[in-house]
Amino acid sequence: MSKTPEKKDEVETTGHIWDGIEEYNNPLPRWWLWTFYATCIWGLLYTIAYPAWPLISQATPGLLGFSTRALVAEDIEEVNQANAALTERLATVELASISDDPELMNYAVNGGAAIFRANCSQCHGSGAAGVQASGYPNLLDDDWIWGGQIEDIAWTVAHGIRNEQSPDAHWSEMPAFGEILEEGEIASVVNYVLQLSGQEHDAAAATAGAKIYLDQCSACHGEQGMGDVGVGAPNLSDAIWLYGGDVETLTETITYSRFGVMPAWSEEYRPGQGLTDAEINAVATYVHQLGGGE
Amino acid sequence: MWDYVKLVALGLIALLAAIAANYARDVPYMVHAILIMLVAGGLFLWTIRGIGEPKPVVDTSGYMDDVVRAGVIATAFWGVVGFLAGTFIAFQLAFPGLNFEWAQGYMNFGRLRPLHTSAVIFAFGGNALLCTSFYIVQRTSAVRLWGGNLAWFVFWGYNLFIVLAATAYLLGSTQGKEYAEPEWYIDLWLTVVWVAYLLVFLGTLMTRKVKHIYVANWFLLSFIVTVAMLHIVNNLSLPVSIFGSRSVQLFAGVQDAMTQWWYGHNAVGFFLTAGFLGMMYYFVPKQAERPVFSYKLSIIHFWALIFLYIWAGPHHLHYTALPDWASTLGMVFSVVLWMPSWGGMINGLMTLSGAWDKLRTDPIIRMMVVSIGFYGMSTFEGPMMSIRAVNSLSHYTDWTIGHVHSGALGWNGMITFGALYFLVPRLWNRERLYSLALVNWHFWLATIGIVLYASSMWVTGIMEGLMWREVDAQGFLVNSFADTVAAKFPMYVVRALGGVLFLAGSVIMCYNLWMTVRRSPAKEAEAPTMAPAE
Repeated sequence: MSKTPEKKDEVETTGHIWDGIEEYNNPLPRWWLWTFYATCIWGLLYTIAYPAWPLISQATPGLLGFSTRALVAEDIEEVNQANAALTERLATVELASISDDPELMNYAVNGGAAIFRANCSQCHGSGAAGVQASGYPNLLDDDWIWGGQIEDIAWTVAHGIRNEQSPDAHWSEMPAFGEILEEGEIASVVNYVLQLSGQEHDAAAATAGAKIYLDQCSACHGEQGMGDVGVGAPNLSDAIWLYGGDVETLTETITYSRFGVMPAWSEEYRPGQGLTDAEINAVATYVHQLGGGE
Repeated sequence: MWDYVKLVALGLIALLAAIAANYARDVPYMVHAILIMLVAGGLFLWTIRGIGEPKPVVDTSGYMDDVVRAGVIATAFWGVVGFLAGTFIAFQLAFPGLNFEWAQGYMNFGRLRPLHTSAVIFAFGGNALLCTSFYIVQRTSAVRLWGGNLAWFVFWGYNLFIVLAATAYLLGSTQGKEYAEPEWYIDLWLTVVWVAYLLVFLGTLMTRKVKHIYVANWFLLSFIVTVAMLHIVNNLSLPVSIFGSRSVQLFAGVQDAMTQWWYGHNAVGFFLTAGFLGMMYYFVPKQAERPVFSYKLSIIHFWALIFLYIWAGPHHLHYTALPDWASTLGMVFSVVLWMPSWGGMINGLMTLSGAWDKLRTDPIIRMMVVSIGFYGMSTFEGPMMSIRAVNSLSHYTDWTIGHVHSGALGWNGMITFGALYFLVPRLWNRERLYSLALVNWHFWLATIGIVLYASSMWVTGIMEGLMWREVDAQGFLVNSFADTVAAKFPMYVVRALGGVLFLAGSVIMCYNLWMTVRRSPAKEAEAPTMAPAE
């Protein structure tokens, strides 16, 4: 390679050589240079139009008065304005009769679904089917531990279960029978519960278990194992289980008890992050109409 | 005399490490103290055995290529490790069951993800930069590396840093800063190594026998200097105890976030862009045997690039607690950066003018061209994604992941592969590579792998961004987060398959390089020349 052009239209090299590498002295490509200038000019104009240059006490605000926080507040305000009338009605509506008002009902279900996706689906699943292995209840069936009337659901959402946030939280505590009964006795009770729920069981053990059940369990779960919504005692006679109805899970439940917690969602108990009355009503309406509401 | 100084120093380090291991307050710190004790103790014994023996005479007349050879091996090794980790975590994302119960706390996604990013950026990319910069600065300065064995200290010290960082991640020690996860004592060690690196590089440049400094060295020097600054400022922290790995960051809140992304973005800008441009500026003209397209362009785009890059970090924090003015500046500087970035692409591609026919016959050139192509693509995509309106859709989505990988796999990966194929026959004095057909296989596997990766991430990223912001007529959210995760599954599988292809290509490369060293006919011995330029 030589420093002088091989062809007429070829430019010269700079004359430097490093390890055999030379450099042409080509000019800057025009389109490259002009595009670079254009972006520089655009950049300058943009920083005049938008908040950009930091000064001593504050930055230049920009000619357009642009602010990301103001923009999002504006968006939220716009939606709130558009929905204001419906939201007000929803906050004070008699929940049992909400389905008589199709417009409000539709609004509550749509809003409730969005609230559910953002706040509830993490435990109850985005389809509301719950996660049995972790004791997150299925909200699609018609088995309700704390009541499935629409007002009951709203109360549960607002105050939660076994939490320290709301003084009105649902509260029930099953004893850990591992400290009260012998292992054999627990096995018998398990068999009785299997019998109550119509599953395969050891008849002799179930008979023995029935007596223990009457002494220890029937006060809350009822003599027939129908449960009691008033104290949050689950129905043991249906095939619906919060944690599972097999021998192993029942034994664990009876031995160690359970202590599932649901937070209180009312804004009263979580300032700035909680749900308003209208939102609680909306999500209760949504859950209620999923199929299992009473 | 020097041997006795070394003995005292190594003995002291081993002793202090043993004491530190004894008082260690957490497992990662103890493991590292023991590791350092073993390394220092081993070196102590090795030194003591050599005392009194006649020193093997090192021929210092030629270039110092042993350390470059070691760096080439380390680059290939860490590359495969990093790609393997990446492919595995890609499958973990598609099939969460791969977060095995028995390996919880060691092999779950959260532990392996920083292992993957650091292995690829700092171990693979870092070793590639180390060894190519040592190779380039010697050739283009026509002088042996300055500082004698200091270059070896840099190589082994840097790789010790990598081992410390990787084991720290697996054991759960992290300061929680992306791409700057290692805790305070590992950071301190890297600082020592990095200063030594700067000394070797600067010393070599200052003793050069060529009047001008070649453009590749400008980029490499800016990379070394800036990374030192970024590393020190972003890692300012106070250890909770001298005997523990925990530390408290000096900055808090949004200042900390801003410092982190000033660092994070310039890790991309100076480590993965400026450093690798230095590589490109040497290997492309060498392989193409053509002069660099434009000296003027290289000057202008160099200064514009290093001036602008340093301000672009805030675009990582659009729509956060960061004030709007900082976000604007980050965006503006990023967009203005577009052309300076493309200056490197133009200079690389146009260097091939007059040699385009080589694309048909030389798969190494093809690799370099694809690399420059991906560089151009991702340096256009980056400024575009930094625009606030685009970012409001793309941020936090897989689009970002796709963008990073078209840069890392396409640009950094491919140019490094090209450099390795260039270097190995020359460093091991072989006539040619073992097999050009295998290079071709590597080229296609890697290219198709990247295309699968990038396109699946575009699709899933834009989809997930649109799903997140989807609201109905009354302003209510339409999708839950879990819905968006479920929708991404097919694209996650495609992405992981892209990773498999890319990994397979790199394994083929290792085999090819290995066989080149083992089997290729040796070149006629040729005295290394350090002739200064005319």
